[in-house]
Amino acid sequence: MATVKLTVDGVPVEVEAGSTVLKAAEKAGINIPTLCYLEGIHEVGACRVCVVDVGAKALQAACVAPVAEGMKVLTNTPAVRTARKTTVELILSNHPDNCPSCVRNLNCELQALAESLNIRGNRFEGARNEWTPDVSSHSIVRDPNKCILCRRCVSVCEKVQGVQAIGPINRGFNTVIAPAFGELLADSVCVNCGQCILVCPVGALYEKDGIAKTWAALSDPGKHVVVQTAPAVRVALGETQGGEPGEVVTGQMVAGLRRLGFDGVMDTDFTADLTILEEGTELIERLTKGGVLPMITSCSPGWIKFIEHFYPDLLPNLSTCKSPQQMFGALAKTFYAEKKGIDPASIFSVSIMPCTAKKFECERPEMRDSGYQDVDVVLTTRELGRMMKEAGIVLDKLPEEEYDPPMGLTTGAAVIFGATGGVCEAALRTVYEVVTKEPLKDVNFKFCRGLAGVKEAEVDLKGTKVKVAVSHSLSNARKVLDMVRAGNPNGWAFIEVMCCPGGCIGGGGQPIPTNTAIRQKRIDGTYTADERLAIRKSHENPAITAIYKEFLGQPLGHKSHELLHTKYTPRGRYRIRKEKAAD
Amino acid sequence: MRLFRAHVLVCAGTNCSLKSNKAVQDRLVREVERRGLADEIKVVETGCFGLCEQGPTVVVYPEGVLYCRVTPDDVPELVEEHLLKGRRLDRLLYREEVPAAGAAVSAGPKAFQTVPEMNFFRGQVRIVLRNCGIIDPESIEEYIANGGYEALGKAITAMTPAAVVEEVKASGLRGRGGAGFPAGLKWEFAAKAKGDTKYIVCNADEGEPGTFKDRLILEGDPHAIIEGMALAAYAIGATQGYVYIRGEYGLSIDRLQKAINRAKEMKLLGRGIFGSKFDFDIEIRTGAGAYICGEETALFESLEGGRGEPRLKPPYPTDSGLFGKPTAINNVETLASVAQIIANGAKWYRGFGTERSPGTKVFTLTGDIVNEGLIEVPMGITLREIIFGIGGGVPNGRSFKMAQSGGTSGGCLPAALLDVPMDYDELAKAGAALGSGALLIMDDTHCIVDIARVFARFFMHESCGKCVPCREGTFRLHEFVENATKGKATPQDLQTVHALARTMALASLCPLGQAAPVPLLSTLQYFRDEYDQHINEKRCPTGTCRGLATPAKALSAAGKGA
Amino acid sequence: MAKQEKQAIDVDRVDKIVARHASREGALLPVLKEVQDLVGYLPEEALKRVALGLGLSLSRVYGVATFYSLFYTTPKGKYVVRVCESAPCHVQGAPEVIAAIERELGVPFGETTPDGRFTLEMVSCLGVCGVAPAVMVEDRVYGNLTPETVIAVLQEYR
Repeated sequence: MATVKLTVDGVPVEVEAGSTVLKAAEKAGINIPTLCYLEGIHEVGACRVCVVDVGAKALQAACVAPVAEGMKVLTNTPAVRTARKTTVELILSNHPDNCPSCVRNLNCELQALAESLNIRGNRFEGARNEWTPDVSSHSIVRDPNKCILCRRCVSVCEKVQGVQAIGPINRGFNTVIAPAFGELLADSVCVNCGQCILVCPVGALYEKDGIAKTWAALSDPGKHVVVQTAPAVRVALGETQGGEPGEVVTGQMVAGLRRLGFDGVMDTDFTADLTILEEGTELIERLTKGGVLPMITSCSPGWIKFIEHFYPDLLPNLSTCKSPQQMFGALAKTFYAEKKGIDPASIFSVSIMPCTAKKFECERPEMRDSGYQDVDVVLTTRELGRMMKEAGIVLDKLPEEEYDPPMGLTTGAAVIFGATGGVCEAALRTVYEVVTKEPLKDVNFKFCRGLAGVKEAEVDLKGTKVKVAVSHSLSNARKVLDMVRAGNPNGWAFIEVMCCPGGCIGGGGQPIPTNTAIRQKRIDGTYTADERLAIRKSHENPAITAIYKEFLGQPLGHKSHELLHTKYTPRGRYRIRKEKAAD
Repeated sequence: MRLFRAHVLVCAGTNCSLKSNKAVQDRLVREVERRGLADEIKVVETGCFGLCEQGPTVVVYPEGVLYCRVTPDDVPELVEEHLLKGRRLDRLLYREEVPAAGAAVSAGPKAFQTVPEMNFFRGQVRIVLRNCGIIDPESIEEYIANGGYEALGKAITAMTPAAVVEEVKASGLRGRGGAGFPAGLKWEFAAKAKGDTKYIVCNADEGEPGTFKDRLILEGDPHAIIEGMALAAYAIGATQGYVYIRGEYGLSIDRLQKAINRAKEMKLLGRGIFGSKFDFDIEIRTGAGAYICGEETALFESLEGGRGEPRLKPPYPTDSGLFGKPTAINNVETLASVAQIIANGAKWYRGFGTERSPGTKVFTLTGDIVNEGLIEVPMGITLREIIFGIGGGVPNGRSFKMAQSGGTSGGCLPAALLDVPMDYDELAKAGAALGSGALLIMDDTHCIVDIARVFARFFMHESCGKCVPCREGTFRLHEFVENATKGKATPQDLQTVHALARTMALASLCPLGQAAPVPLLSTLQYFRDEYDQHINEKRCPTGTCRGLATPAKALSAAGKGA
Repeated sequence: MAKQEKQAIDVDRVDKIVARHASREGALLPVLKEVQDLVGYLPEEALKRVALGLGLSLSRVYGVATFYSLFYTTPKGKYVVRVCESAPCHVQGAPEVIAAIERELGVPFGETTPDGRFTLEMVSCLGVCGVAPAVMVEDRVYGNLTPETVIAVLQEYR
């Protein structure tokens, strides 16, 4: 490997040829502030906050400037300091001053930058852009007034998710990031994944608030408020209180939810196990009775909207299973209500999700099979963190508590739903034993795990060979779907698709920051949680056996069809705009 | 070829075409036919002759007599007097004020009879413009008759690509788009870059206010561009060329397309040019209204079908340019110089201009100057010679206040710098730039702060919005200058705007943002007192800024008329 | 705006333009230019056809359409009057010419006259600085204008 020697502020450093000045400075122990830079995703050198003096006529953006042999980098000259400070002041001059009431207060990169650059006032008072915030989406609020036009969101939407719902419109000072024609996010191809929120350095993108409705329900004596927690929440919630990413806080979270006043604290993991039974049975049926293959998972609502927009021809390949959240919702107002003897009309169903797309999913018209809206409010991990903070709940100080029955018992198979490959692995644990009628020697299907974009393998079910594939992030989903469209040359029978990079642990509702390193830690935490559980296969969950016996009958049975399965809506790439009464 | 006893050249450059040149030409043709002179006298429509202020112009050869501001009604008399009776029509002859250098006092107008006698032409050396106003730009035969495509033939049949690169390097030709990068070196980089597919791009996205040279070169001598591009392609190993022309330049696009078509018919473009293995084709792409696309990487983005937002450099275009391939991108004027260099040799070319800026430069003269128009002079000529010699000085008895060199992104030169030699390095030392060759002359009726406001507004409109210092900075800069013209700026603001201007110049991503504060900085440098009057005393000395106090003897430009 | 959008767009002709350019590299700008020449501006429906035909996202197509000043995403008046207000025109009396145009047509720059005849637009430079001040009506350029002569020019289009 060729290397290059240079100095950064006089510190000699040797780095790989082709490295950036930023990396060299890092190696020399010198911190260069950045703002628009997002490693591997958005490297455009446009915000000019990371400028340094490399001896050229103009200052260079360290995040993209390549190193050269003998280069003398200066990161702390009067010109550099003035340029950085002036640049940040310029951004602030077209940005609201209401930091204390901003959703990103104290977790804002611009705020931190202003603080670290010692900015004490703004010399550029003047006109500002005024835009109308877009609150049309059930999942995501866009406030262009706070947008600093770094375009990280545009890059994530295009490069990571392959959706391209938003982009720059107009030019110069009038530039704004929005869907084409300035139309509403709700009318666009946005799949609500919320990856844009995770990369937004400021408060220009954030989830639609569910906290107010939740507090209202909790303080309404006429409501029986139940809550479910998604697998990926337990390995990330701790971060909202300064904990380590990947730390498993399941028991403390359950205790905290009780203290917030929830009447029934149960687990989405339970319906994850149920999903495995339904989906596994569906797969075996499709394999043996000649159904549409490959069958593709359907638990990720961002993914569902994506396929509805971009690959509507492949909708028959989707499993008809609802997502675990929606299975839980349908059962909460039927099975649970019956069992508890509560009027389902008085049940208020809340779910805690790592996901913003779940907010959209619970509002879909087909998600009312209980006779009511099955899930009333979806809160992101971040929102639950905020509620706990507001209520003075400190997770560290809480005892570990258990979930409530009858939908609180869970298995390792359900926990790993949170990580990419988890659904596939959980399904294989069950399908193998159901098909071969023999116990698995090793429940760990390691090929499913990890952050490779598309993972595939052939599984031998005692003579029956099944090819499976796993993908996460929608740009990888595109690769897989294009293969399916091209006749499925690899002969996949089953594909797991997760919308977000890393799976749900990297979902758009997770704590900020969420980056590759943090995703990996949450994945590690997920498999630790799996190993800690006594039961690691969904079909061995006694609560699952019980619900089939008491209520559902059998997988794919009549009641299952009624409550646990659904249909999809082809949407097309470009929605034809409805005639508007106004304008 | 038929021989004519006289050629009557009618300028059909854009500027003259706005002044009924077509009617003059039609009338000439009719009049010549009516008098049965059609076999003896040929009426030729030419590209820009350069004397735009005096248009429409008509030149009668072989004598080279120039007639100015010719109307269709003048035509019968002109034909009768000059072409039949052999007498010059005195009342339409070009008259030139002969001012004492540096002053606006005139010794009285003097009538000039022929082109070479005129001050306007005497100081010029026409290499790039050699055919402009002389040949019919739509006739490839006339271009060839004037030595056209000889250089290409010579290069392809008798020179290696490396020898062409060497010759251009030896000539010292520097990029005429503004940056002044040595053209030969650029070609050498592109030639040596790895890759099977390479491109040559002609940058004709001339957007610098006050600049219209590329337009008039394209209109007046389109084959020179084709030949220059073919030479460049041969030198670097490209087979495809693109010309990116401003969408507003309808006539240029039209003429160049016709020229490309003719060159293809004559096998001077296409496959196996001059019987060699060299293939080359050219496609025209038009811009859609964005000044930033004159910046080379923004131009590539636009040509590739995107928003014209500049890319980071490195990689440089010669390594990764258009469609990610090695690309040599040259300005129109640069390419128009190339054929002459190959035909006459580097040594000949170095006979003009200065050591570090050899050759000639085309300038466009606009504003408060007698001879608004297009000129070509050796590098190193002084500003005084251009303005008061060739340009005929400042009209209406006014005195010179400042010249802006290089267009909006150039700097301002006050009277004290009239003797600065016009070349890349000397102008850079003076805080200005040779840039595109625009020279905007302003007399003493103009308010500096008001002009700075116009410059600032231009950059605010044209910033692409990609990087912060330019997007936000151009807006704040305009806000400041506008406030100053309204008496709302404070001394503190002036300090702030200094820091802002420095940041923009140092930290912007591309040359647009880096140049945006130059007009403000240079006017502040030379006319600080006028800013102070606006800011501290809330007074506009010229009376231009309405709402501010005006001194008793205001020199307002308003109502001066055109 | 909504009213005008209801006007039927000749989708087939838009598709034909797209098809003709689809194999060219960097086809988007030439396509947008031709579509605008056909329709008069770039309506949503046409941009959707362009995006589909060229395999581009709508946000990319719309981002390009709004970047360039010669592309319009809303309907314009019958004649677009472009006035240069850069320095060379400014020093030769453009402000007075602009004031005269606004007085004559009764609308400020950036707007269209109520009768839909003229859209006034300020542009950066028309590249005819030798005959400043200049305006461009549709594709025709007029130079050396005064407040009086510019009115006469507008009368030609009345």
